[in-house]
Amino acid sequence: MTKKIVILGAGSAGTMVANRLARQLGDEIKKREVEVTLISNTEKHIYQPGYLFIAFNEKPSEHFIRKQEALVHRHVNLVYDDVEKIDVEKKMVKGKKQYQYDYLVVATGSHPDLDSVPGLREGAHNFYTLDGAERLRDDLAAMEKGKILITIDVPHKCPAAPLELALMLDDYYRKNGRRKDIEIKYSYPIGRIHSLVPVAEWALPQFEKRDIKYETFFNLEEVDPKRKVAITMDGSEHHYDMLITIPAHTGAKAVLDSGIGDESGFIPTNRTTLKMIDQDDVYVIGDATNLPISKAGSTAHYQSESLVANIISRLTGRPETAVYNGKVACFLENSLEDASMITFDYNNPPQPAETSDLLHWFKAVYNELYWLNAKGIL
Amino acid sequence: MSEVQVTKSIDARGAYCPGPLMELVKGIKTAQVGDVVEVLSTDKGSAVDIPEWVNKMGHEIAYLENEGDEFKIAVKKAK
Repeated sequence: MTKKIVILGAGSAGTMVANRLARQLGDEIKKREVEVTLISNTEKHIYQPGYLFIAFNEKPSEHFIRKQEALVHRHVNLVYDDVEKIDVEKKMVKGKKQYQYDYLVVATGSHPDLDSVPGLREGAHNFYTLDGAERLRDDLAAMEKGKILITIDVPHKCPAAPLELALMLDDYYRKNGRRKDIEIKYSYPIGRIHSLVPVAEWALPQFEKRDIKYETFFNLEEVDPKRKVAITMDGSEHHYDMLITIPAHTGAKAVLDSGIGDESGFIPTNRTTLKMIDQDDVYVIGDATNLPISKAGSTAHYQSESLVANIISRLTGRPETAVYNGKVACFLENSLEDASMITFDYNNPPQPAETSDLLHWFKAVYNELYWLNAKGIL
Repeated sequence: MSEVQVTKSIDARGAYCPGPLMELVKGIKTAQVGDVVEVLSTDKGSAVDIPEWVNKMGHEIAYLENEGDEFKIAVKKAK
């Protein structure tokens, strides 16, 4: 009897899991003892951290896009379908077709909701979608003077990216000689400029030295695109010439529609086993979980290591002993030329590394190595 | 504490990023007025930055307890 593993979602998390399983279960797959099915709703695989580099025209969009089939191991059964329903009772997911599973891995990601605030879609730029990053690239290049306002809502993936955006904007306009005519104002919903105190302390001196304005306790309620005004919870109005938003994210529509997630569509997940709460045969990985950790590609990468080890243990009759320890790693771009980075886990807090051009180069190298990660080689 | 009815509890122990306060902000956003959202945290900064945000936003602290390295903070959504 073939054991069916279904992986729902083919972003970083789903693709890494499928490929790691395929590489380690070659014999079992050939003997038809195991089948690994990866369900993708798109033929394109986008390296999302590339959006920031697209926005600053460091690289063309195509540089960060591959065909899904070029990344997926030959032992993976790759199917394109839009899954609408996840039925954990019947152990089945349903799109145009139905897919029965013995083990399900939900890797459906998180998605920016540009309708989360009235007027946001019409009034704001973003760099959390491919279209948004390309439009931002063109409009940043065309901007001669005025005020750029950055607003941030929760939850959102890549918690460092808004801070990186502000620091990179400063460098971008210094390099092209327009900085004196362009005001950059960054805002944040709580009482400091980043949720992590060490990261806030790392960035604040840069903000002050480089005249990047900021406002804390800034909670966006409405955008008036006609008047170019952002309105916050306390009723105050903030003028902008360009609004760049990091919108609140939700889980996948299929999760929301299937009633297996919380009110935002994130799935209750055990923090060490990565199993869906009360479901022994359902694993959740990456942005799809409700875990209080960074929604980031590195999170998915480290999670895939323990998750795949446990599924293989199960298939071979061994106990599941691999534990996800909360590990995350993030680069922190300080400009277009230098960067810092942080690593942390459930028990070890982050401390930004000394900023250097070498770390920026390391980030640029990782941007190329990512494809080996996705293929399950690294 | 026993008379406080917690609507939703968020286990943010060992969570550094986005961290307990950001988890609370997310939880309050999706809660109804009158709901009580509880956060479990091992970050001693939570005892300072959660009440600061709650006061600034006009919500209420229902209770703030500390046992060893762990904090239990409940917030009532007021508006």
